[in-house]
Amino acid sequence: MSVIFKKTAGLTETDTHYCPGCTHGVAHRLVGEVLEELGLLGDTIGCASVGCSIFSYNYFNVDMIECSHGRAPAVATGIKRTVPGKTVFTYQGDGDLAAIGTAEIVHAAHRGEHITVIFVNNAIYGMTGGQMAPTTLSGQKATTAPTGRNAELSGMPLKMSEMIAEVPGATYVERVSLHHPKYIRKAKKAILRGFTYQLQNRGFSMVELLSTCPTGWGLAPVAALEWLGNNMIPYYPLGVLKAPEEV
Amino acid sequence: MGRTLMKGNEAMALAAIRGGCTHFFGYPITPQNEIPELFARELPKAGGLFLQAESEIAAVNMLYGSAAAGARAMTSSSSPGLALMQEGISMLAATEIPCVIVNVMRGGPGLGTIQPAQSDYFQMTRGGGNGDYRIISLAPATVQESAEMMQKAFDLSHKYRTPVFLVSDGMLGQMMEPVEFLIPPSTKPAGDQSWVLSGHQGRRPPRTIKSLRLDPAMLENHNLKLQGKYSRITRRESQFESYRADDAELLFCAFGSAARIVKNSVDDLRQNGRRAGLIRPMTLWPFPFPAFRVLPEKCKSLVCVEMSCGQMVDDVRLAAGGRVPVHFYGRCGGVIPEPAELSEYAEELIVGGAV
Amino acid sequence: MADRRGIPHIAVERCKGCGLCVSVCPEAVLSIDESRVNLKGYYPVTVESGESCIGCLSCALICPDVTFTIELLDDR
Ligand SMILES: Cc1ncc(C[n+]2csc(CCOP(=O)(O)OP(=O)(O)O)c2C)c(N)n1
Ligand code: SF4
Repeated sequence: MSVIFKKTAGLTETDTHYCPGCTHGVAHRLVGEVLEELGLLGDTIGCASVGCSIFSYNYFNVDMIECSHGRAPAVATGIKRTVPGKTVFTYQGDGDLAAIGTAEIVHAAHRGEHITVIFVNNAIYGMTGGQMAPTTLSGQKATTAPTGRNAELSGMPLKMSEMIAEVPGATYVERVSLHHPKYIRKAKKAILRGFTYQLQNRGFSMVELLSTCPTGWGLAPVAALEWLGNNMIPYYPLGVLKAPEEV
Repeated sequence: MGRTLMKGNEAMALAAIRGGCTHFFGYPITPQNEIPELFARELPKAGGLFLQAESEIAAVNMLYGSAAAGARAMTSSSSPGLALMQEGISMLAATEIPCVIVNVMRGGPGLGTIQPAQSDYFQMTRGGGNGDYRIISLAPATVQESAEMMQKAFDLSHKYRTPVFLVSDGMLGQMMEPVEFLIPPSTKPAGDQSWVLSGHQGRRPPRTIKSLRLDPAMLENHNLKLQGKYSRITRRESQFESYRADDAELLFCAFGSAARIVKNSVDDLRQNGRRAGLIRPMTLWPFPFPAFRVLPEKCKSLVCVEMSCGQMVDDVRLAAGGRVPVHFYGRCGGVIPEPAELSEYAEELIVGGAV
Repeated sequence: MADRRGIPHIAVERCKGCGLCVSVCPEAVLSIDESRVNLKGYYPVTVESGESCIGCLSCALICPDVTFTIELLDDR
């Protein structure tokens, strides 16, 4: 008999505060597993951002720093430029990365910082109670878009990965999804690739994880997975948006 | 090294490198550009890192990350840039990260002017960030002092694990004076590193640097701990210079560039038989209240002079505690007062019987 | 290896009863146990028909709370 799956040492024993069925937990586990498999837990510094994942500093078994809303890529820059031998990552929601922190993420990519960005896109502001994010889909309801996102008023949802892929300094950008085990396997591969590029000093990597927020969306957890598959993926196509040429 | 003629801004940057600063993050703004420019030239040679940020918001957050990873790090800016950094400064204070932040003040509000002013006294002592926090604010009045206080700023920030402001202005930053680097070069003190993010190596539990404490009792405790530190700093670190004050009937109070000008008028007034003196706060926070505890016996009034519409005067009034009247003379918007107009103002007070 | 057999173990107290695992299990091994409540206050997942588990890890992969440990029975 052999154990083929167990909790990674990349996560602490602390239970998460996330709502039932929220895929933040899946994203955490994948990052923890990758860091463990790469043997990096003792040499990693993570940057927690403002959003539901602020408490990620309690869950990752690595040194962590809390960052103001949107500023994690700048904090990560300061850390990586000080201790270049450490692995540095940010873990950011879509409100954090695609609204208040757009300048910081673009310029961290632009400078080609050797950091890995884990971008959790759940198309809403979870922590503050389900307000509209820049990534909220057209027509999707949010507490600040009670009749659904109106593109006339708020613009079309922002495609951050496409934007960042256009930045010359970005090395690797991929969008994956957490709505199904098959896709979760791919998501882990993308996260592994992101950290591997960092280890090889090949520059800035960002993995966008399409995620659910059952609470903010007002859906049961299983229905939220389906909603993601049916609505988010058509607008946010999955795949590698930028990667280095392999030799 | 001997005495060298240089700008205040350059002296601060060179002193920072002597003080062991290895990492600088900043965004261009007049009148402090000589600082990042010198770092860009010199820090790499000294084995350090200069990085131009995309904004002051990014700069202060890079500083946060770098200092949290154990570097002696700093940033510099001028008034509107400091306004933008406030969120980060509140965070640095809350998380007790040692670092140095230079403000080469210019006139405001808004974009104001690039000319010198002291209208950020509130910003440098009351803060613009949220929450109960204090930042040590050192205020030099000469290029020599700018250099000395710069080195001291790093030591203070490490001693108390707190950010430190060095408060200069466009006049002091741009003027050239001879400067001699007398303090021996310092490096990071080998002190407590138990908070530095370094990776746990599997040998200790993971470390977290954070400010969030949702449990009110825990946040109150953290605040009380910070306040304890601030009262230690208040007791030990306030500093002032007293100039011809012992027998003064009219006692000026001014800091930085304004204090230089006031010294000239004190001398003028003395030549005309008027007993004038000056108390010059060298720390804005903690404000040197002890300097005012016992006023000169003959002191009839205090005159606060600022290159602003009157900010430090609030502290001077608190310090005077109603014992003597406190008058205010200020020029603002980048206008620098002349010694003669200060002497004239003082003469009027004296003749008018206020003194 | 015709019949790959897995054994799912559940850390009941970690479970938040979201049911994602139940929805992705191809062999209907799991169910939500509404006859009891765990310390967190949720109806936890339970192994309904363990002998059907094929060790595909779907439940473990989708679980946001790392509730599962999976063993593989060696090929006979
Ligand atoms: C400067 C500032 N503005 C606003 C907030 C309030 N706030 C906290 S979390 C959050 C939204 C986070 O949403 P997102 O990044 O999408 O993460 P999620 O909670 O959905 O995971 C906001 C606006 C804050 N903490 N700081
Ligand atoms: S509010 Fe949304 S994002 Fe936050 S924990 Fe709950 S489900 Fe997850």
